Amino acid sequence: MKLPLILLVVIAAASFAAPLVNAILGIDPNVVDLLDRLSGPSLAHPLGTDELGRDVLLRLLAGGRVSLVIGVAAALAAAALGTLIGLTAGYLGGWTDRVLMRGTDAMIALPLLPLLIVLAALDLNKLGLPARLIQSDEISVVRIVALAVLVGWTTAARLVRGAALVTRNRDFVRAARSLGAGVPHILWLHILPNVLAPLIVATTLSVGDVILFESVLSFLGLGVQPPLSSWGSMLSNAQELITAAPLLAVYPGLMIFLTVVACNLLGDALQRRLDPVTARTR
Amino acid sequence: MIRFAAIRLVEIIAMLALMSFLIYALIGLMPGDPIDLMRSADPRMSAADAARLKALYGLDQPLLLRYAGWARQALAGDLGYSRLFAAPVWGALLPRLGNSLLLMVPSFVLAFTIALGLGTLAARHPRSRLDGAVNLFCFAGISMPTFWLALILILVFAAGFGWLPASGIATAGSSDIADRLRHLVMPVTTLTLVSAASYTRYVRSAMREALAQDHIRTARAKGASEARVVVHHALRSALVPVTTILALSFGGLVSGALVTETMFAYPGMGKLIFDAVMGNDYNLALAALLLATVVTMVANLVADLAYAWLDPRVSYR
Repeated sequence: MKLPLILLVVIAAASFAAPLVNAILGIDPNVVDLLDRLSGPSLAHPLGTDELGRDVLLRLLAGGRVSLVIGVAAALAAAALGTLIGLTAGYLGGWTDRVLMRGTDAMIALPLLPLLIVLAALDLNKLGLPARLIQSDEISVVRIVALAVLVGWTTAARLVRGAALVTRNRDFVRAARSLGAGVPHILWLHILPNVLAPLIVATTLSVGDVILFESVLSFLGLGVQPPLSSWGSMLSNAQELITAAPLLAVYPGLMIFLTVVACNLLGDALQRRLDPVTARTR
Repeated sequence: MIRFAAIRLVEIIAMLALMSFLIYALIGLMPGDPIDLMRSADPRMSAADAARLKALYGLDQPLLLRYAGWARQALAGDLGYSRLFAAPVWGALLPRLGNSLLLMVPSFVLAFTIALGLGTLAARHPRSRLDGAVNLFCFAGISMPTFWLALILILVFAAGFGWLPASGIATAGSSDIADRLRHLVMPVTTLTLVSAASYTRYVRSAMREALAQDHIRTARAKGASEARVVVHHALRSALVPVTTILALSFGGLVSGALVTETMFAYPGMGKLIFDAVMGNDYNLALAALLLATVVTMVANLVADLAYAWLDPRVSYR
């Protein structure tokens, strides 16, 4: 559990300290220097420069911030939405449950990647969103988070629903109900704590999934757009220079790989700690 | 069982109808409009010409009416004309589906074989060094961005050693079987490695569970050989959950190999869908997306049926 956690903390700390590093080294990752393109490692540029003469190390750190923010934000939002749906379905049961779970099943049965391409390519102007939002720099990030939540909520919903179904007839819940506790109170105080452990595990794992998902969309040109850049979009740019400067493609891929491995290992370790019953036979 | 399959078939058809409408509506929300594109390409076209063309193609009608028109033609077997390929949609679709299967089937079989071997080995020796190595392979595989793996393969084997072609399905003008096979090696390897990693995890945990059952101890006690215990007694029950997951993932494979296809410039279904969506080829995009949906749903149905077939305790009345 320690190693992946340390790795994640180091990557996150370095990414979020990027502006500080810029200030100390006195370089800006967005400054273009066409006289110093594709240079190798040097004292001024530890990992060299890219096709526009920008410092690769600093761009990696800045890109990491975007990738990590997307990963964590989407995982948390998907967990929240899934929990809400799962709690409603599991506790209320009956028709609500049937309709919501059919929806979940249908989501799982769809070919997601091609549908996501269509969704990622939609013209936001035709959707009638406010122009100020559409023209902001962060719109591509918001769009990716929204898409990741749209496909990601089902895991949490199934988990929470299952646990809610089991827990709602336990004695302490019945006791609370007979004492006149309202539905929100029961859900929040009696049911939710019982699903927290698997939920935390699933959310940790999904951070890695979202980062991979973001990198795929960015790779296809549908993800993070300039002026922002993420590891995925860096890789997609580097792909055109694959023979001239292969290392430009290796670095961001390695960062994605390390971060996702760390998330997966952390999720696995958390499961062993928090949820020993399921983890026992593993 | 037959009743169950029939109900599911009806559900699939209903779902397809719903999906086709949804996709039809979504495609209308994409940037660009074929007539506007024609206008920007040809400065001599006037607004009146554009309006006349829109009326000619029925683009001035409300969404539901246009959809009904498309559905009527599609049901009669006419999926329309692909602008991108300058051919009927069927003619553009079928060769690509064939290419995709040529890529999918070998990597699916290979990945399954690898997973069965590694997963069983790891499950038989839990917490051993071997188990650790298999676990490492699994975590590396599921955490690896597909396009990065493909990139590294290209760097090493195409750009570096020059052993294998980096892209395409065949050298231009060559109809040699060996040449086509050489073009398949790297895409198949990429897909195999990525899917083998996740399958192995399922096989391992299913085998762990199966090997902990009482009937395994009975089999050992009565003197069955280890090979017989593993293959005949444990694998048989471990295959039940594994089959379900495999069938589910096969559906996604057909369209989900988009990244691999893009990296190796391999003309398969994933790339076709992407190009059709990006190139505003509505007819083709719609048909290809629906085909991908059909494959996924049929794979899900097969998963359910296989589940009941492999495990007699399960019955769908």
